[in-house]
Amino acid sequence: MAVTALAIAITPNLFAAAMLFGIFSLLSAAVFVVLDAVDVAFTEAAVGAGISTILMLATLARTASRQRAGPRLRAFPLALAVGLVLILAWASADRPRFAAPDAPANVHVAPRYLAQGPEETGVPNVVTAVLASYRGYDTLGEVTVIFTAGVGVLALLGFGGTRRD
Amino acid sequence: MQHHIVLKVAAKLILPFILLFALYVQFHGDFGPGGGFQAGVIFGAGIILYALVFGVDHARAVVAPEVVRAVAALGVLLYTGVGVVSLLLGANFLDYDVLAAHPVAGQHLGILLVELGVGLTVTAVMIVLFYAFTGTGDG
Repeated sequence: MAVTALAIAITPNLFAAAMLFGIFSLLSAAVFVVLDAVDVAFTEAAVGAGISTILMLATLARTASRQRAGPRLRAFPLALAVGLVLILAWASADRPRFAAPDAPANVHVAPRYLAQGPEETGVPNVVTAVLASYRGYDTLGEVTVIFTAGVGVLALLGFGGTRRD
Repeated sequence: MQHHIVLKVAAKLILPFILLFALYVQFHGDFGPGGGFQAGVIFGAGIILYALVFGVDHARAVVAPEVVRAVAALGVLLYTGVGVVSLLLGANFLDYDVLAAHPVAGQHLGILLVELGVGLTVTAVMIVLFYAFTGTGDG
């Protein structure tokens, strides 16, 4: 994954970068499968590796497939990025061990979802129960975001097919 | 893409299975991995595959842009509608317990409808985005 990410940053060919983005998404989907997060892996593979790549390629077909100017190394953004990485690395030392039973994420509401979810919703897949029922507001927000994004693209690129001046 | 006979035949063979798989992911999301988001993307990808192989104009003839835009709004409306119905039935917004005689049955119905709303909107927005990006001038 690191190699792919570096290749994306370095390559001047945007077509190659789009394909590498797809590969990167597929690799992260594989990581999610290893972490037993099948639902997330499914989404990542379908959205990240599939649709995003297609949309990026479609955009490239409308624009140019190569970067115009060579990327110049600027001191301030580089220092900012490196500093952020260092801060995050320092903060991640405090992180609870992966899947630790006493981690904050595992002691708040998750046990109740796991214990009561199947009885309260009659849905064996806890992810779906949490997504659609317990966290229904959040999912409604997500759907609204997707809808708004679609409307925004239409507003920018025109409503297509219905008018031709 | 006028002479790609192999692509066309292969796409014709695969397409029904992609769309069927999307429906399976949509309505089997309660039991296995999946749900509205994934199903919507897969269904959208099926239509986009059709558009890539057979041409966007053919796809526009099959799945009209006007219809897709209406479906995108319909999905959000369905989701919010479920919430409003549960409000009218005297419960909290998006509390599915009151949708059916039994709370569990109500939850099941609510989740099914909500996921359907998600699937509709995601499918439609994916196709809308693809149409918008592949449009030529008037697109």
